[in-house]
Amino acid sequence: MNQQFKSNSLKNGPDENGRFGIFGGRFVAETLMPLILELEEAYTQAKSDPAYLKELGDLNAHYTGRPSPLYFAERMSAHLGGANIYFKREELNHTGSHKLNNCLGQILLAKRMGRTRIIAETGAGQHGVATATVCARFGLSCVIYMGATDVERQAPNVFRMKLLGAEVKPVTAGAGTLKDAMNEALRDWVSNVDDTYYLIGTAAGPHPYPEMVRDFQSVIGTEIREQFAKKAGGLPDALVACIGGGSNAIGTFHEFLDEPEVKLYGAEAGGHGLEVENGHAASMTGGRPGILHGNRTYLLQDDDGQILEGHSISAGLDYPGVGPEHSFLKDSGRVTYVPITDAEALEAFQLCAQLEGILPALESAHGLAQVIKLAPTMEKGQSIVLCLSGRGDKDVETVGRHLGVPL
Amino acid sequence: MTKSTRIKQRFAKCAAADRPALVTFISAGDPDLKTAQSIMDGLPGAGADLIELGMPFSDPMADGPSVEAAGHRALTAGHTLQKTLDMVKSFRTHDDETPVILMGYYNPIYQRGPETFVKEAREAGVDGLIIVDLPAEEDDELCLPALAAGLNFIRLTTPTTDEKRLPKVLQNTSGFVYYVSMKGITGGAISSHTAVGEAVRAIKEHTELPVAVGFGIKTAEDAALIGRDADGVVVGTALINALVASLDDNNRATGTSVEAVHALVRELAAGVARARD
Repeated sequence: MNQQFKSNSLKNGPDENGRFGIFGGRFVAETLMPLILELEEAYTQAKSDPAYLKELGDLNAHYTGRPSPLYFAERMSAHLGGANIYFKREELNHTGSHKLNNCLGQILLAKRMGRTRIIAETGAGQHGVATATVCARFGLSCVIYMGATDVERQAPNVFRMKLLGAEVKPVTAGAGTLKDAMNEALRDWVSNVDDTYYLIGTAAGPHPYPEMVRDFQSVIGTEIREQFAKKAGGLPDALVACIGGGSNAIGTFHEFLDEPEVKLYGAEAGGHGLEVENGHAASMTGGRPGILHGNRTYLLQDDDGQILEGHSISAGLDYPGVGPEHSFLKDSGRVTYVPITDAEALEAFQLCAQLEGILPALESAHGLAQVIKLAPTMEKGQSIVLCLSGRGDKDVETVGRHLGVPL
Repeated sequence: MTKSTRIKQRFAKCAAADRPALVTFISAGDPDLKTAQSIMDGLPGAGADLIELGMPFSDPMADGPSVEAAGHRALTAGHTLQKTLDMVKSFRTHDDETPVILMGYYNPIYQRGPETFVKEAREAGVDGLIIVDLPAEEDDELCLPALAAGLNFIRLTTPTTDEKRLPKVLQNTSGFVYYVSMKGITGGAISSHTAVGEAVRAIKEHTELPVAVGFGIKTAEDAALIGRDADGVVVGTALINALVASLDDNNRATGTSVEAVHALVRELAAGVARARD
């Protein structure tokens, strides 16, 4: 029986209205409604078109460098004592993160739809770089919206985007982070509907984006299943991924949602700690359901429904919402979401550098911090796979600043 | 609860005078509650036929910089959804005829609870709602409860709303239809007055409701030109800009703030009065 028709499957979402349980939906201005309906139709056609899938598969293999390796982190495992730790090396992808998986899928779609101008939002700059990259590869014009605060704290990525031919527009509204960049990208889209494609970088936004981005990122989980079976046999006991909007996490988890023996952990940005008001970006462990950026999902907000800015050391996790499928998986109890503080992420970042010779992105370091807590509580012979979603070169300056080493 | 009919009566009155209705948008609580209340209270006297009262939201994705800044000024001054409802209550103590429409985004209402909110809004004297991020596809959320509570639910239609989609958009629309004159955010520029006229006529083939046009109307001349074809013209950003010009360096109201807005409303009212000369 086909997986998608299992009545008790957690993989059935979204429904025809773009809902995962009560989450998701299409909460957008009327100007955008015809566009997202057109996008939904185009995506439905594309995903059953062998030519489209073949082109995407070829690009994944020869442009991105997939499959990414599943690496046994031997010294980290020995150091923590307990479960065997594996890294899914998404940071080795072209452009240095999992973001390219989604960008390639969407750029081929934009091309099919005849769009000539691509816009995107970015936080840490990883999605901006990946978008600028595919725009260069396919000769399309590219505008990236980035919060002014993030422009400053991710300077190397800003320059990379410019080298790739993108125009980077700093957004000064609000705290100048990912949320504000997304508002501005939506405004651009409303104003330029005829030729513009909005290439959303995470599994959030109005339907069909959460589904589409998840599908493009699910290659992470399907590869993990295959590689792990070959390498260690059977299924891993636990999977861990960091969550901002949650695209690498949903891509890691989705393949395993109907395997209850595989424990799933999402590491949210705990910032200065959940007890510090507006001092974190843990929307699921520290927020409540609301509506923003086209979907219903867990949000950081005040009593009156105004959205809070949130805080994280990691620009990529500094977002007051989360993809709607994660909200659904939280309420269903299938995935355990935990907050990881700035300090814990910084420690994990350094430990990884020292023990494995890998600088993880600060985002991924949140996932690693959860692994550090989890591994010692597990039996020897059990195993954890961490999605190492991005590389940390972009964060060297930030880490230096926090460790009192100005660069 | 009986249905509110203030909107219907007001459009009928304007039509009888062979002129479009002047719909004025201000942001509740901008720059402070007292000033905003004075501005609102004086709008009918200055010539406004309907009042749209913006409910400030931290992330107004369909609005331009002027409306966004207005909302942020209000929120910084401590504005809340309750205070917006209180403004309407206060307005109703001396004006029982001018329609008041709340315009904003869904999340603050969702947090209050849609059923509670529509009841409170109706009791406060609100006539209709315009909620930017609730398209027809999400009617179960607030549109249907609002209609059941006797409020009008006014829908935006845009240049991207094609003939095929229009019936779905109009299905649960009541009060009037708000035609967004351009593909863009509030405060932009109208590209073609002729195209707007044609769009209004196309919408009227599908509905008996009055059609008001907004986004990009800044001057009495714009209002007169658009008002030839439209049953109403909506002005928002221009009024906010007039208010901003009167504020001091710290964005606080001055002695001229209330009058600055009313003066522009009087000009616009003169514009709509001559629209069909």
